[in-house]
Amino acid sequence: MVWKRVHMKVRQSAIRTFSSVCCYTSFTTVETVSYCEGEGRLVVRFPVSGQTSGAEPARCVRMANEHYLELKENPVQFEHASSVNNVFFDEANKQVFAVRSGGATGVVVKGPDDKSSVAFRMDDKGEVKCIKFSIGNKILAVQRTSKSVDFINFIPDYPHMEFTQECKTKNANVLGFCWTSWNEIVFITDQGVEFYQVFPDKRSLKLQKSQNINVNWYQYCPETAVLLLSTTVQGNVLQPLAFRNGTISKMSKFEIELPVIPKPAKLSLSERDVAIATIYGQLYVMYLKHHSRTPNSPGAEVVLYHLPREGPCKKSHVLKLNTTGKFALNIVDNLVVVHHQSSQTSLIFDIKLKEPDCAVNTHQPVLPARSIHPYRVSLSGPVVVPSQPPVPCQLYSSSWSVFQPDIIISASEGYLWYLQVKLAPMVHLLEDKGKLMDFLLRRRDCKLVILSVCSQILGGHEEAGLPVVATVFDKLNQVYKDYLEADQSYTAAMESGPSRGSTAQKRPVRTQAVIDQSDMYTHVLSAFTERRDVSHKFIIAVLMEYIRSLNQNQITVQHYLYELVIKTLVQHNLFYMLHQFLQYHVLSDSKPLACLLLSLESTYPPAHQLSLDMLKRLSTANDEIVEVLLSKQQVLGALRFIRSVGGHDNVSARKFLDAARQTGDQMLFYTVFRSFQQRNQRLRGNPAFNPGEHCEEHVVHFQQLFGEQALMKPSTV
Amino acid sequence: MLMISPKMASGVQEKQYTPCLLSFFIYNPTFGPREGEVRVTLLHTNKHHKNLKMMTKSLHTQKNRQFFFEPEENFWMVMVVRNPMIEKPNKDGKPPTIEYQEEEILDTVYGAVVRQCYCMYKLFNSTFGRAMEAGGVELLIQKLEKFFYRYLQTLHLQSCDLLDVFGGISFFPLDKMTYLKIQSFVNQVEERLSLIKYTAFLYNDQLIWSGLEQDDMRILYKYLTTSLFPRHSEPELAGRDSPLRPEVAGNLLHYGRFLTGPTNLKDPEAKFRFPKIFISAVDGYEELHLIVYKAMSAAACFMISASVELTRQFCEQLDSLVGPQLTLLASDICEQFTINRRISGPEKEPQFKFIYFNHMNLAEKSTIHMRKTASVCLTSVHPDLMKILGDINCDFARVDEDEEIIVKAMTDYWVVGKKSDQRELYVILNQKNANLIEVNEEVKRLCATQFNNIFFLD
Repeated sequence: MVWKRVHMKVRQSAIRTFSSVCCYTSFTTVETVSYCEGEGRLVVRFPVSGQTSGAEPARCVRMANEHYLELKENPVQFEHASSVNNVFFDEANKQVFAVRSGGATGVVVKGPDDKSSVAFRMDDKGEVKCIKFSIGNKILAVQRTSKSVDFINFIPDYPHMEFTQECKTKNANVLGFCWTSWNEIVFITDQGVEFYQVFPDKRSLKLQKSQNINVNWYQYCPETAVLLLSTTVQGNVLQPLAFRNGTISKMSKFEIELPVIPKPAKLSLSERDVAIATIYGQLYVMYLKHHSRTPNSPGAEVVLYHLPREGPCKKSHVLKLNTTGKFALNIVDNLVVVHHQSSQTSLIFDIKLKEPDCAVNTHQPVLPARSIHPYRVSLSGPVVVPSQPPVPCQLYSSSWSVFQPDIIISASEGYLWYLQVKLAPMVHLLEDKGKLMDFLLRRRDCKLVILSVCSQILGGHEEAGLPVVATVFDKLNQVYKDYLEADQSYTAAMESGPSRGSTAQKRPVRTQAVIDQSDMYTHVLSAFTERRDVSHKFIIAVLMEYIRSLNQNQITVQHYLYELVIKTLVQHNLFYMLHQFLQYHVLSDSKPLACLLLSLESTYPPAHQLSLDMLKRLSTANDEIVEVLLSKQQVLGALRFIRSVGGHDNVSARKFLDAARQTGDQMLFYTVFRSFQQRNQRLRGNPAFNPGEHCEEHVVHFQQLFGEQALMKPSTV
Repeated sequence: MLMISPKMASGVQEKQYTPCLLSFFIYNPTFGPREGEVRVTLLHTNKHHKNLKMMTKSLHTQKNRQFFFEPEENFWMVMVVRNPMIEKPNKDGKPPTIEYQEEEILDTVYGAVVRQCYCMYKLFNSTFGRAMEAGGVELLIQKLEKFFYRYLQTLHLQSCDLLDVFGGISFFPLDKMTYLKIQSFVNQVEERLSLIKYTAFLYNDQLIWSGLEQDDMRILYKYLTTSLFPRHSEPELAGRDSPLRPEVAGNLLHYGRFLTGPTNLKDPEAKFRFPKIFISAVDGYEELHLIVYKAMSAAACFMISASVELTRQFCEQLDSLVGPQLTLLASDICEQFTINRRISGPEKEPQFKFIYFNHMNLAEKSTIHMRKTASVCLTSVHPDLMKILGDINCDFARVDEDEEIIVKAMTDYWVVGKKSDQRELYVILNQKNANLIEVNEEVKRLCATQFNNIFFLD
């Protein structure tokens, strides 16, 4: 794939002879590239753009904080392309093949991790056009001619001798091949596709299916096993084919709208202008559409065609690039990244972000264009020499090749990088916090950034008003609620047993976008309520706004949030406000909350009533109510209460007698004592207390006060 | 047990007179003796008037009852009320016999009325002492005359009852979510219009949110519900051509309008003056502009420091910010309220006549009183029964303990008073032949349905 006036892209591609293959100098004209024979080895080169630095230092610093794209650390390193070393890339296994001297002096395969790296030798039987392992490195396929593909077993104990398969269609040229499983392979010829099963033990292939169709070029998406064929003279009618379980299914074909219809008809849709990738779990064909070079050219755009598993393909999104030139596309974290070569910057688009001022599904870049974060490489190439300081690597270099979804290869330097987004710098580039939140919530590693945005809008230097705070909370809690609901329905389905429904439900994945109450409490709210430089009015408003948002999403509010509200209100003596919140049950009932209120009674007497009401409503806190009343020396009240709820029979007599005696009110003691004697009589036919009730001292006390004859006697039956 | 005799019994020509206000003084004895109606004499500041809750004293005579209240040191308010009386015509052209019913008046009720008079004066004028400081006796007299001349006419002594003793606040029942929306609205308005210091929110003349402290809200609530709101009956309900209907010139986006201040923002002559009120603050009192803004049944009171001059621009900003939101909230509340009422069903509808009051949050609820109107407060029960309620209340006030009093009135009514901690409940039951136990059971049932979410001892 290549930077093209458009973009670079390649299906598998070999990258070789770097400097010579092609060189694009014009931004506007689409040259037919002297494409290397076979399939995509490609190379691209930009006109040397000259000085890369030179901006004033202040701007540099500012910019440095704003690079929202970067090349991941620890790139895959391989021997750079040269006249004796051809480099190929397989998008399916993400492997780079360095083929020295046609394989005779070694083939080194480097994958994303060490495990997938292999080194071997093979006989030099001519120039390699395309080389790929089947899934799991079982079988190696090598294309050296336009008529056939050679195979070598990599399964231990299987014969290692090469075997060959010629394409069945007469006079057809093999454009390339794709593995769809460990032993299934598709040949793409200029006259159609041939789908084979490989029998490594027998060293033979069996044709399973074939399709006849004129093919200009093809693209393959390994994730979905969808092959896209360019057909017709202009090349703009695309036929997608899906491979699954040994079958080919034809998806509906569609036509790409060309900016200009050429006369006479000629191939007008270049393979380099088309990429296929999954975004948000859906398959899209991305078409880089250039506008003709007119003075008022609106700039290039990326047109996205949605390819559903079933049903017709529809033009679904248009991404406005607002400029012209050479572009390349990546997909990172479900964002469409468009690299612009001449300005050495990249744009990102989020197709789920609604643009209020645009027609539906027309998108402007989410953020202003910025270049990829500067990157340094050690001069010595793949071999790490620690003593030598690394030097800046030229970004957006003409030797870059870009592959889906997120791969950038510099064959001349021997690096394969993964592109990644950095969320932190985006925060300051996106003014609209609601939009920012929508954007962040869809990103993979978003939690810490979201939490930091929350802290900022609550009184950092980006302090926002309550309406913004409310919007942000609502967006967070919507995601939180969706997760809770999915989790609940999963749990419910599991509990109801496996009998119901054959579709085994998957436990919902908790993504980083699920920001729960404990996250908010720990990382945002507890520190926020401690802030001295923010008015307490604002603090309370924010807490209430968060509670409102949780309630609006039917999420049960955790006790510690209520505690935070109460603590803040009490700190500022806003008891009447607290009282009103409780009156409208904004702070939901719970035992801990009731206890917290009890503890406030000395500073705010009505808290006592509020607490008792709450305990009453809980209806599981009768013991607590009795304790509260007894502690207030309301012994009769406690006794009446426990009778009214039917707990009189099991209650501890001693507790009541203790409390009654403490009041020093002899008549009260008499009444309570008598009441329990009557209870004993009713329960056991005897007014005496059981030894286990430990009421002996109270019996003695009663006798001392009122005489022995005042004791109830067991009634003789 | 109290025995009440129904009044209707005797002759047709009997004429009954309700209690009425004879005179009203404000008096300061330190001014020295002086002939005539002495109102205020000596300059005297009273920094602390915490004894507001102090009981008024009263003097009973055959014809009148006099109430004395000293809200600030040496300032006495005196109200003289003529006892209700019955005029019986005599034969033979003799002048009719007049029978004064001196026991029919309750000290607690009219004592509360006097206290309320003071609180209302203070709400709009601050203390007597402050007027003295600012402009001496002349200013105080001027202020008193100006205020009480109009206020006394609105007293309607004949319809004062237990509710005046409580001076409570009726809260609007609302679900949590709608309540939180209102919170959010209030907070956002206060943030956008940072001049606003306090906000109160009412719906249907019932309180939902108060940013003021309880005691200030209590008197402001009284003013709003008995004076301001009744004067501005819903123009939305008035006919299209009714003079009540204000100019909704060009503003069809919302129903918001100012109840205080300018009636029409578009009027180039409009004055942006609002009533000023005084509320208690840490260091004495605080003077505020009172902006009352209403959309449909929802009313928001915004209070702004009196030191700020309110401009047309501010009022327009408030109108455009608050109007649409308040209109939306009002219809939300209405919808929610209707849903809740439907859910709770008819069995929740009180079939009992009762008055409930909670001293802790001043919440009051009455199914005895009709909706208040500008002129009178109608009750659906006979005044004699109301007097029994007042009597029970007096009994409760005498002791701290929880109590229950059950009274059988002559007219087959049972009257039950219950006091539990800080709450009081009065129930009137009309059940012939019911006995004490049945009445007790009936009240228990009422508590279980109407008051099941509070701790109310049986």
